[in-house]
Amino acid sequence: MSTILKIDKVEKYYGSKSSLTKALDNLSFEVDKGEFVAIMGASGSGKTTLLNCISTIDKVTSGHIFVGGEDITKLKGNNLNKFRREKLGFIFQDFNLLDTLTAYENISLALSIQNKSAKEIEKRVNDLATKLGIKDVLQKYPYQMSGGQKQRVASARAIITDPQIVLADEPTGALDSKSSRMLLESFDYLNEKLNTTILMVTHDSFCASYASRVIFIKDGKVFNEIIKGNSSRKDFFDKIIDVVTLLGGEENDNY
Amino acid sequence: MTTIKLSFRNIKKSFKDYAIYFFTLILGVAIFYVFNSIESQTVLLDVTESTYEVIGMMTTMLSAASVFVAFILGFLIIYASRFLIKRRNKEFGIYMLLGMSKRKISMILFFETILIGIISLAVGLGLGILLSQLMSMLVANMFEADMTKYQFIFSQDACIKTLIYFGIMYVIVMLFNAINVGKCKLIDLIQTSKKSETIKLKNLLLCTVVFILSVVALGYAYYMVTGGINETVKTPEDILKPIVIGAISTFFIFWSLSGLILKIVMGMKNLYVKGLNAFTFRQVSSKINTTVFSMTIISLMLFVTICVLSSSLSLKNSMTANLDELAPADIQLTISVKDDDWLNQGYNEKQIANSKLGVRKNLEALNFNIDNYFNESVEYNIYRTEDLVFDDTLGDSKKEVEESYLTSMIPYSVEEMIMTVSDYNNVAKIYNNEEYSLNDNEYMIVADYDSMVQIRNIALKNNEEITVFGHTLKPKYNECKDGFVDMSSNHINSGIIVIPDNVVDENYKAYNSIIGNYKTESVDEQRKIEEIIKGLINNPLSEQYNLPTINTRLDISEASIGLGALVTFLGLYLGIVFLIASVAILALKELTESTDNKERYKMLRKLGADEKMINKSLFRQIAIFFMFPLLVAIIHSIFGIKFCSYIISTFGNEQLLNSIIMTAVFIVVIYGGYFLITYLCSKNIIKEK
Repeated sequence: MSTILKIDKVEKYYGSKSSLTKALDNLSFEVDKGEFVAIMGASGSGKTTLLNCISTIDKVTSGHIFVGGEDITKLKGNNLNKFRREKLGFIFQDFNLLDTLTAYENISLALSIQNKSAKEIEKRVNDLATKLGIKDVLQKYPYQMSGGQKQRVASARAIITDPQIVLADEPTGALDSKSSRMLLESFDYLNEKLNTTILMVTHDSFCASYASRVIFIKDGKVFNEIIKGNSSRKDFFDKIIDVVTLLGGEENDNY
Repeated sequence: MTTIKLSFRNIKKSFKDYAIYFFTLILGVAIFYVFNSIESQTVLLDVTESTYEVIGMMTTMLSAASVFVAFILGFLIIYASRFLIKRRNKEFGIYMLLGMSKRKISMILFFETILIGIISLAVGLGLGILLSQLMSMLVANMFEADMTKYQFIFSQDACIKTLIYFGIMYVIVMLFNAINVGKCKLIDLIQTSKKSETIKLKNLLLCTVVFILSVVALGYAYYMVTGGINETVKTPEDILKPIVIGAISTFFIFWSLSGLILKIVMGMKNLYVKGLNAFTFRQVSSKINTTVFSMTIISLMLFVTICVLSSSLSLKNSMTANLDELAPADIQLTISVKDDDWLNQGYNEKQIANSKLGVRKNLEALNFNIDNYFNESVEYNIYRTEDLVFDDTLGDSKKEVEESYLTSMIPYSVEEMIMTVSDYNNVAKIYNNEEYSLNDNEYMIVADYDSMVQIRNIALKNNEEITVFGHTLKPKYNECKDGFVDMSSNHINSGIIVIPDNVVDENYKAYNSIIGNYKTESVDEQRKIEEIIKGLINNPLSEQYNLPTINTRLDISEASIGLGALVTFLGLYLGIVFLIASVAILALKELTESTDNKERYKMLRKLGADEKMINKSLFRQIAIFFMFPLLVAIIHSIFGIKFCSYIISTFGNEQLLNSIIMTAVFIVVIYGGYFLITYLCSKNIIKEK
């Protein structure tokens, strides 16, 4: 399988000379095409910073990030916009849907920015909406939808452009457990059936157990890595819990 | 989805949330149109030529003021749109993350501004045209002209001007928006909402000290412009001092009070924990905490508004009221007695010689017999000598005067006007003023210009003697007597020295004048007589004789009506714009706060607070937020208006109360209107869907 994302010795510093914080400390790993990777770590471990750097929201201090062989740390201006609109899908914890637009329009916006024809947009949105079970809410505005519906619309918006990688930042953070499970099933579907590459940041072990691989980050470095392989989700979940326990006490508070 | 469609959606959405912004834009456009269309409203009025001249002047002044107003409105619009854009950071962040270029985001904003511009201009002009119909009644009333017939008035000039000015403003807004979008960083856009509010607790002791210092400084500034004005304000530049002190201490009062009030209320346990009071006061104090600077600006703008409105209104009222008192006769004709020096100023020798004949003879030579037109008249002379300048009347009291008054404003070297007591009494009789008698060694001073009266009274109280035409005279009264000789619209007689008849030296005659009343009562015929006198310049003989300067009651009244109208319109224009600008900022701030605080109200509901309690809390928050700067502004204004009326004391302040009531009505309507809209909109925002 080909490498879709390569993190190469990435460092990210915050603050001034006197009080320097190393959010990412010489971090390297790779993600292959079609993988579903979860990144776990305590608050302040640097996982969101990592995601921000990959999504070009933030800039690295040193090192390189390759997406599909292209060094995105070097991108500027229109090339950056092009990268964002063609290769990247992003899912936020708090959905970030535009509340002036209906669900349909929110999803189609990603395509219309790419100047796709109205006909193609309609077909693709309807297809995807059927697959994700949100066909009924397409004409609704965000304030008329439940949290789970909103997050699935946001997911649809993220993958409608067939991005090379979908980045999800605590996607279940604002959802109840039933909605969380439905969303994760959707992710599973996207990953298995549509072969979407997903990189998800989470602190929820249950959430991470849906991934095919979990990378643990501590103090800006890779701390551990476990692969699901052929084991059941239950077993994988137990393994994750073990590492989390190893990582440090505070994380156990959640369970 | 096209860019335009996105813009349109955004406008539709924000229409509800930012009704105040649209309302303000529309109001701004309407007011701009109304005041610029005044000229075309006067076209239909039946007024005289000289009134037209005043109207012309007024139009020029209003045009000049419009540039200033455009700046204020421009800043308001830029401020408001920046304010609204900042709140949409996240939206722009999503656009960018979806791969939209900054150029395209700028395009969305560009279309939005165009849409807002078109809507606000269309509605605003419509409203302006309607309002200007009402305005034409006010205009007719101001110029005391009959509205001969009602006619729908549309001013194309004002319309085009409004379009151009606001067009420029909107273009500038677009530029600002583009710059703002260009500057922003994606990470800041995405993360703004995550920043939680930091509560800066102010040191109570520091707050108290700052508060006391500010109050003392403010008190001193107040003292400088009222009680102590004569000691502290000596040169015109000194006026800046109390203004600067006042502005700075206002800032620190807001700064310290925001910390203090909460502490004080928290101390009152019973009050603080009752109902939602704790929440209400926390909200208010954090609001004021984060907006100290804007509060200061708003408060100062309100202060200017109140002073401008009340002063301009009282100026107009007192001008008209003074007319009967200060222009009691129909006409005053004056010829200056000329000597050889006047040759250089374009007079010929014949004119100089004939000037000594006086008004009556000069007019008769030009075939105008005063007795044919006037049923009563008095003649009098004014004398001047370089041996008696203002300085000389002060004598040893000069030092005392210099110590307490603006020295640069005192006309030390001006030759005094001198009159004989019998001439003065003749004039006083026709004016219905008080008559006086003097002993051979006495003089008196007649004046009604307050500032000069005060200075002269120092010398008179000290019994300063003067020497005039070789006689030494002592003052009969220890103060100036009220009176005047020249008719005018205001109290501007800075002093006439009245001396006994036998003291005067005819060689120093400077002016010969006649005051008279017409035989006819009809205004039209009176005007005709004045036209005849003014037309004497066409008489070929006028090259040998002297045409008198003419001062008539009709001219004075027209000028004063015109000037009054000018000041009123200018005051209304600037006052209303200032008022709207400041209250609009307040309202916008409050509304965006309400949007931010939606969650807090949701929480209150979950805790069991009912709608009535929540609405009460909201009402109180907004009321305190609106009243706080207004209250400070009102306190400032009490002293500000006193200062204004001191500066323009020539106009008298008999009418101050009326105009303050008028000002209050304006403020209640506009300020109260904005307050209500803000409350209703906020209530709507926090309402559970």
